[in-house]
Amino acid sequence: MPAPGLGELNMERDDIIEYGLQSGHNEEEGRVVRKKIYFVTALLSVVTAIEVLLGVFWMSLFPNSWHWVKWTFIMMTLVKATYIVMTFMHLGDERRSIRKVILMPYGLFLMYIVFVIIWESLYVHHTLRIFL
Amino acid sequence: MSGEASKAISTEVLWGGHRSPFSISYGKMMMWFFLVSDALTFTGLLSAYGFARHALGPGLEWPIGEEVFRSFPGLSGSYPLMYVALMTFILIISSVTMVLAVEAGHRMDKKGVVKWLFLTIVGGLFFLGSQAFEWSHFIHGSHARVTLADGQIAYLVENPHHGEAIDPNTFAMTMGHPLNGEVVKGPEAYKLYQSAISVVSGANMTENEYGPTQYANFFFFITGFHGFHVTTGVILNIVVLSQAMRGVFHRRGHYERVEKAGLYWHFVDLVWVFVFTFFYLI
Repeated sequence: MPAPGLGELNMERDDIIEYGLQSGHNEEEGRVVRKKIYFVTALLSVVTAIEVLLGVFWMSLFPNSWHWVKWTFIMMTLVKATYIVMTFMHLGDERRSIRKVILMPYGLFLMYIVFVIIWESLYVHHTLRIFL
Repeated sequence: MSGEASKAISTEVLWGGHRSPFSISYGKMMMWFFLVSDALTFTGLLSAYGFARHALGPGLEWPIGEEVFRSFPGLSGSYPLMYVALMTFILIISSVTMVLAVEAGHRMDKKGVVKWLFLTIVGGLFFLGSQAFEWSHFIHGSHARVTLADGQIAYLVENPHHGEAIDPNTFAMTMGHPLNGEVVKGPEAYKLYQSAISVVSGANMTENEYGPTQYANFFFFITGFHGFHVTTGVILNIVVLSQAMRGVFHRRGHYERVEKAGLYWHFVDLVWVFVFTFFYLI
């Protein structure tokens, strides 16, 4: 038997499921998906517009409320991030197991590092105030 | 979205081998893992920024976004945060066109994929150009910080770019604050200016007119690193667009590569949402 040429080497594997082949949808389902996309677009635009207006006018609208304005910004950002990740990146459509694999390690690390930067920067700030 | 992930499959079958328990392809899972690690990098950068700002010693003040970023290309006058808001909006819209390209791919609509991917690339390039404008304006500065002989800080009302000669009669400075300080004018103010200890115009890696050195350094590093990601994303999208146009995905039977490039592109948008909040708004 002659050695197989490149053309005869069949590297296709038949034991791998091609998940991409099953992710399609028809015209009808597409309309539903697009509707959701337009809704999220409107929501992200409105939230961004409110953020910018609040950023420019907060002093004249709500004087001496920086603390609250700051937390409003952070909450709005988290709302935007949730919609981008869950709808645009389709993480909301994946299985719950992969969602946890992606979000939980990151979430734990995030809580840890936020705690560390607030705690340690306060310490450095107070030390500088004593010695400078 | 239909597909394997939304099917009800028993745990025994899912975790029984010969398949992905997550019902997700290898490439998509690896893209997600890369994005998590990249998110950690940006978390580190923004945390370092937060630390430096929060730990600031007495006598130093961190600049406020709406006071630093006030220019709009082609227009004179001040438009606080308007241009960066436009940039943010463009990046969000390019994220929307990307998700529409993915949706068109799920319907095997080649024309739709090409159209929406092309618009995504246009949006990305517009964003990059805007960032170049922001950088240029930030580096050249608008008010030049002057340290007077008695140690007081003053700011030029108009910064003479390109070494133009200053007319003492129209010369003006604001004391203490670039926007709402007390204004001093005329030859007398010019005399103060001439005896100044130092004049800092614009920004570089060692000094800047806005505030602490670290402020400009973080601006360059964080927006620069994000801009690098946008550049990479645009290149990725161009590659995927050319493959879509040649019908590579149509022959393959699915447009999953558009989805993977889309994941990266949305991530770039996601990072900008946080940079926008923590660098420009707060």
